Amino acid sequence: MSKPILGYRRPDGSVGIRNHVVIIPVDDISNEACEAVADKIPGTMALSHPYGRLQYGRDLELHFRTLIGTGRNANVAAAIVIGIEPNWTKRIADGIAETGKPVAWFNIEGQGELETVRQACWKAQEFVQYASELQREPVDWSDLIVSIKCGESDTTTGLASCPTVGVVVDRLIDAGATVIFGETSELTGGEHLIAARCESPGVMGKFVRTFQNYVTFIQSQGVDLLGSQPTQGNIAGGLSTIEEKAMGNIEKTGTKPVVDVLDFAEAPTKRGLNFMDSSSAAAECVTLMAAGGAVLHFFPTGQGNIVGNPVEPVIKLTGNPKTATVMKEHIDLDVSGLLSHDMTLDEAGDALEELMVKTSNGRLTAAESLGHREFVLTKLYPSA
Amino acid sequence: MHKFLVHRRADHVGVATVDIAEGETIQGVYMDDNSTVEVVARNSIPLGHKIALVEHPAGADVIEYGQVIGVTSEPWSVGDYVHTHNIRTKRWA
Repeated sequence: MSKPILGYRRPDGSVGIRNHVVIIPVDDISNEACEAVADKIPGTMALSHPYGRLQYGRDLELHFRTLIGTGRNANVAAAIVIGIEPNWTKRIADGIAETGKPVAWFNIEGQGELETVRQACWKAQEFVQYASELQREPVDWSDLIVSIKCGESDTTTGLASCPTVGVVVDRLIDAGATVIFGETSELTGGEHLIAARCESPGVMGKFVRTFQNYVTFIQSQGVDLLGSQPTQGNIAGGLSTIEEKAMGNIEKTGTKPVVDVLDFAEAPTKRGLNFMDSSSAAAECVTLMAAGGAVLHFFPTGQGNIVGNPVEPVIKLTGNPKTATVMKEHIDLDVSGLLSHDMTLDEAGDALEELMVKTSNGRLTAAESLGHREFVLTKLYPSA
Repeated sequence: MHKFLVHRRADHVGVATVDIAEGETIQGVYMDDNSTVEVVARNSIPLGHKIALVEHPAGADVIEYGQVIGVTSEPWSVGDYVHTHNIRTKRWA
């Protein structure tokens, strides 16, 4: 952990490795205005999504937490929030503004979209110029929040790419960093291993309750996950059961204790390895983790998931030599040498660590360079 | 040169690291102690798919990563291709 990282220190002390200006729609009908602003002002990015109307209860709370958390993410220098009406719009802007970063909000009702876009463009230009003045500075590895989630897993994931991530996760935690893992459904068959790693009976109780709530929900639907877990891609890659998939998945969490259990999109408060309740669908999971504050993501893949995220760079690695060849534009690191014993696990960890430093210092990931910005909100139940 | 890897000494399956042909005599390496094992493949096995290292009746627990990862749905012989046709989850069953 000696190689220096140059990051952006935000007014609240959090550390980012990107410097985005985001335009956040509160609701589906404000996407158009946000995209118009992003089209006009280079260097801004609209985070369009399909929700935000007539949500209620826990589902609405998650909507707010995800949008606020995304704006608060330390990879974001400044944010503009646009909604149809002022109340929810202001609520999201206020949540982001607590970090001390520049935030502005606009509502469309009462003035129309064209006037809203005009006003937001003036502010967006100001924010982009503000962001362009910010300088990277040396930061500590312990300042980083890193997230991990794998996708299109196969057996090479458990043999190579996930153990490689596990090595770097252990090194990060030894250095004092915060790491978030999740994928509640994909712990099935290995949940006892995670429970045993919880650092206290309180954390273990929280984890067991979270996992059991998920199982109870599946059962309440009168279904099982055969046919979905493992996925068709997993089965094509040689994974036969959800338990086998879970074992490979868990390899990437390394060996450290689990210090806390987080709700969907909840920001961690403890350094070390945090579990976040989350969907195992790639874009939903990474979106939740970025909303929880993660600034860099490790994504092991077997058959070749191509996901990215608008605010959080996603580093992809594979242990599958076929995927590394036929999908190489999506792969940042090839660790298939672990299968042929041309590479040791420590060497693979060193390679990922080096790539983590380069990416933190500004190197674009494969997903960033291909423009992958999947922003997918988790919806808990239908809107009213 | 090995053609499959085995996570733990106690495991019932190995994972092909290259495509394996039916009838091939192939070497595997245990990842926890680097010891080796030799098996004749009774079927062709694609890269990333599993080969049986033990005889099993139907209904037996299957160990991989030193953990139970499912149950046999058909009997196994050493060298068999192992996948969804002869192993199933113990969950949601």
